[in-house]
Amino acid sequence: MSNVEAKPVRAKDLLGAIVANHYQSAWDAKNAGEKVGWCASNFPQEIFETMDIKVVYPENQAAAIAAKGGGERMCNTAENNGYSNDICAYARISLAYMDVKDAPELNMPQPDFVLCCNNICNCMIKWYENIAKELDIPMILIDVPYNNDYEAEEDRIAYLKGQFDYAIKQLEEITGKKWDEKRFEEVMEISQRTGRAWLEATGMSKYEPSPFNGFDVFNHMAVAVCARGKKESAEAFELLIEEFKQNIAEGKSTFRGEEKFRILFEGIACWPHLRHTFTELKEAGVNVVGTVYADAFGYIYGNTNELMQAYCSTPNAISFERAVDMRLKAIRETNCDGALIHINRSCKQWSGIMYEMEREIREKTGIPTAIFDGDQADPRNFSEAQYDTRVQGLVEVMTANKEAK
Amino acid sequence: MDKVYTLGIDIGSTSSKCAIISDGVNIESTHIIYKGAGTDGMDIVVKEALEDLNMEPSDIKAIISTGYGRKSFEAADKTMSELSCHAKGASFIFGPIKTIIDIGGQDAKVIRLDDNGQMQNFVMNDKCAAGTGRFLEVMSNVLHVSLDDFGKYDEEAEDKAPISSTCAVFAESEVISQLARGQDVRSIIKGIHQSVATRVAGQAKRIGVTPKVAMTGGVSRNMGIVRALERELDVDIAVSDNSQLAGAFGAAIFAYEYYLKSMKGD
Repeated sequence: MSNVEAKPVRAKDLLGAIVANHYQSAWDAKNAGEKVGWCASNFPQEIFETMDIKVVYPENQAAAIAAKGGGERMCNTAENNGYSNDICAYARISLAYMDVKDAPELNMPQPDFVLCCNNICNCMIKWYENIAKELDIPMILIDVPYNNDYEAEEDRIAYLKGQFDYAIKQLEEITGKKWDEKRFEEVMEISQRTGRAWLEATGMSKYEPSPFNGFDVFNHMAVAVCARGKKESAEAFELLIEEFKQNIAEGKSTFRGEEKFRILFEGIACWPHLRHTFTELKEAGVNVVGTVYADAFGYIYGNTNELMQAYCSTPNAISFERAVDMRLKAIRETNCDGALIHINRSCKQWSGIMYEMEREIREKTGIPTAIFDGDQADPRNFSEAQYDTRVQGLVEVMTANKEAK
Repeated sequence: MDKVYTLGIDIGSTSSKCAIISDGVNIESTHIIYKGAGTDGMDIVVKEALEDLNMEPSDIKAIISTGYGRKSFEAADKTMSELSCHAKGASFIFGPIKTIIDIGGQDAKVIRLDDNGQMQNFVMNDKCAAGTGRFLEVMSNVLHVSLDDFGKYDEEAEDKAPISSTCAVFAESEVISQLARGQDVRSIIKGIHQSVATRVAGQAKRIGVTPKVAMTGGVSRNMGIVRALERELDVDIAVSDNSQLAGAFGAAIFAYEYYLKSMKGD
């Protein structure tokens, strides 16, 4: 018998295992002859979770491929196939993967159908249409129009509800699996639990110092994207909350070093240069305490109507006024000293509003801002020297502001 | 009491600038060389500035490096961004100012200062070379006109050829087409200046332009650009023979402050 005590299970390990299991279960289903789908990150996952249909997420795969250094290779493949390098790098990586069917960084089964929901990106429709056309497979679309009003009104909810019902019918026909209302209630409950835990955990960055390194959120969000409706996800995020609470009690953090400055990081992570973008901030004692990601995947609803409303409220589907309020809330709740804004060449929808967003943030909060050019997955659209200068400039203004207080 | 000498070096993409000052306020020696980051330019300007004063490196109490190549200057006690250094240096050159437009070899920045001369915020160009010194260099090569003569040609121009492209490569083609059509070189240069000014003014308007406005960086030597920016922003822009040295001055002043802090044991 060994006397070595078992190490306590950490949330980080559980979250990693959930993502690994997510991909493995999709492979298992595919190998067992089941139909497997490719799915947009903010498609109502309650549907296929209820029906026990396995799907994988091209956005998550593209981010993983980019973070592990395969972005340029895959983008080149797509461009060689005739796709413009002006389109989203997630789309290019995904379209390349559909063609070459192999990426050592992260493989996933090829799709038998695609599930697109344009609440996170309207351009995504063309990406998914291309896959459906090329592979001659069905495409299910849930269309969430841009909300020029602050909240989605009844007519929009009715429009979404109709599509929701039709998507279920289509999935029943494609997979042969049946909808179960009772199971749906259970899934909604688990998703709620996961959503609440995710929001509570990420919201703990309001403590000073924050109990966690803000870049952790970029990694943990894979579970919030891929496995919101799973009990294990809720449990892992609840464990994360406990770990953060312990960190707060002990004055610890997963952010190594002194947290001298607290910032909002606006936009999608620059995955191909994650290490550089993080290291430059860390060396200056800058922790990311505010992100838009946190709210993006924390779906909170009490009934089916509210579920529809929640899916109308993803960051890229909401009005500009609401989008501004979302950032102001994050900055104020977490007491940010500055904001670092990623103009992401891949994401026209998110980046297009950023110059005006930057002005609103600067004028309404008084905090300094810095904008840098980058890309969520194409490494060629980022310059280390340009990033470093902007970060250093931001740090120097934040330093002067602190000294003046 | 002995003077305290500090050194600032601004290692840009196309040139290296060095300033040695005493007691944080007196300019003792300055040098500029048109060799930027990745060359021996930084060592040469420092050597020349020290030789002017018959000094050894050990006579310098603190050194701060700035600019694109700031991290490569190993003798520096500290690096600072060119943003802060231009803000500090421009306040030193021009007195109280609120807005700085700095166009360098590969970037363009607009800096807002508060009443104390402290940088409040800034905007920089995106990854595109439009609106930077590099854009002008490309045009200089196409036209076979030295950049030093651009300001003079601009002043002599009777009209302004429209250069609509902001992309350096597209604009190059546009300029070649204008030349082929027999357009006067002076008008083309004036059009090029307008193109840069429109681009940089757009940046400046995003952050807001409050007088007094000053221009720093190598491109500030080109009065054609200065005039075009004044027209575009409807504001007077101060320039100085020392504008190109603003970053190095700022770095040298910060080095003095750094020295004082280190003396206090902060």
